[in-house]
Amino acid sequence: MLELSPAEWEVIQLSLKVAFWSVLCSLPLSVAVAVLLARTHFPGKSVFDALVHLPLVLPPVVIGYFLLLLLGRRGPLGALLEEYFGIVVAFRWTGAALAAGIMGFPLMVRAIRLSVEAVDMGIEAAARTLGATRWRVFFTVTMPLALPGILTGALLSFARGLGEFGATITFVSNIPGETRTLPLAIYTQTQVPGGDTQALRLSVIAVALSVVALMLSEWMVQRAQRRAKGYDA
Amino acid sequence: MLRVNIHKKLDKFELVADFSSDSGITALFGRSGAGKTTLINVVAGLVRPDRGTIEVNGEWLFDSTRNIDVPVARRRVGYVFQEGRLFPHLTVRGNLEYGYELVCPGERYVRFAQVVDLLSLGHLLERRPARLSGGEKQRVAIGRALLASPRVLLMDEPLASLDGPRKEEILQYIERLHLEIKVPIVYVTHSVEEIVRLAETVVLMAGGSVIMAGKAGEVMGRPELRIPTGVFEGGTLIDAKVAAHDMDYDLTIVDFAGERLIVSGVIARIGADIRVRIRARDVALALSRPTDVSVLNVLAGHVVDVAYELDSTAYVRVDVAGAMLLARITRFSVERLSLEPGREVFALIKAVTLDGHSAGFDG
Repeated sequence: MLELSPAEWEVIQLSLKVAFWSVLCSLPLSVAVAVLLARTHFPGKSVFDALVHLPLVLPPVVIGYFLLLLLGRRGPLGALLEEYFGIVVAFRWTGAALAAGIMGFPLMVRAIRLSVEAVDMGIEAAARTLGATRWRVFFTVTMPLALPGILTGALLSFARGLGEFGATITFVSNIPGETRTLPLAIYTQTQVPGGDTQALRLSVIAVALSVVALMLSEWMVQRAQRRAKGYDA
Repeated sequence: MLRVNIHKKLDKFELVADFSSDSGITALFGRSGAGKTTLINVVAGLVRPDRGTIEVNGEWLFDSTRNIDVPVARRRVGYVFQEGRLFPHLTVRGNLEYGYELVCPGERYVRFAQVVDLLSLGHLLERRPARLSGGEKQRVAIGRALLASPRVLLMDEPLASLDGPRKEEILQYIERLHLEIKVPIVYVTHSVEEIVRLAETVVLMAGGSVIMAGKAGEVMGRPELRIPTGVFEGGTLIDAKVAAHDMDYDLTIVDFAGERLIVSGVIARIGADIRVRIRARDVALALSRPTDVSVLNVLAGHVVDVAYELDSTAYVRVDVAGAMLLARITRFSVERLSLEPGREVFALIKAVTLDGHSAGFDG
């Protein structure tokens, strides 16, 4: 009863893989966008800000559909990527990771932006008077002090990625072993006669995964906060 | 050697500064809001002036006519901030090493161990800033700035957030540092006591402008100082030497330029340099040497000039063996005694404020 079948393992591994890569790849861009929003003023900033937050308010299906139009094998960008780089994301797990990354992007940016805004710019100025260039200040002062927010953002995005459904199924479909992540597998079981038990088992797994991820992140964030505030870690 | 001549328009006022300071401690003095912090931020490169020049030891940090604006990171201007601004995520050692490691070894003029020793930081090295007291934080901040081997060290009211005993402790460290490491220091303060204690040069600021700059003794002796600074009371700084102690009455005798002053007992060895301050309001004037008075110090001199204020007070400058003594008396007395330049007078000094490198209290 408690043992997982090979098929269930496959689903879990794929879900973790998709969520992990979506977070890893969107992290640098999220940090860049968060810093841009937290520290700079430029014309059209509010439009840019709204654009970043769009995935939060649009129906995920719409995002998936846009992705399909843009990055499908016959889409303008998709065709280009395939022709010049041999990269195909449509109906691949990489596409699922891309969809998950986009859906989690606003969550990650928001969390990081808040923590960057909280970093005392006076401390950054102090670092510069000690001979550190702006880049060095960013990596040795700003980033370590914003670390709790970066971890929070990464976790939120990871959790969002584990649960991504609408954009994924629209963009990369529901292919076993390639794009069938946990939510898609649960959905599939609910469509099959007699799949209730299987759906319930997968749901329990989803709950367990989320709880473990939350606890792990809470522990990491607390550690990072203590460090950033200057108490011994 | 630091030379600053800059102009910067801000929303509230214009910052206009033209001064230079030699090695030693230069005090930037003025009320809060006079533009002192902005001025050192300009020197550090944190605020960009509209036009002007900044030169340190013959190197140009800023020159608007030649488009020179050396980035903050390459100015090598040490900065001790009012609130310390230590890196909270690093240990004390990490804070100290931050700037130290960014200086080419060839340009370092202090050793790590030397600074740790000078500021007594040895037992704090593995701690984090959150676990330090206010005074300890400021010591680490000073050490951190020093270890970057700065060409000039800027200190923005480093004692402002500390209580009395901690202030005294940090003052002693700054004095030691000044004696051991010959880095020019620009020290922002609005405390006369700190100037008396530390400064060789004083740059007086009010309303965004430098209104007076010169040797501490000269600037502090100017009667017109009261008006721009408000908080300040005119007075004279005299550099003297301890000549003798009278243990029976707990008195100390100090010499300056052939004159001697009797002050309350001070713990200092004979021959030690000591700086005394005589406030203008503590000086009375007489035309003949008075006898039978309680005042211990009566010095002969002659009137240099008289400055009047809007109210009934007047400031009389008296040359006593080359030292300019300032006396605050009423206009009525000036007329009654017909005090005019050249007139021989006796200055009766009711109190002497002591402040040297060894001890300080009102006497």
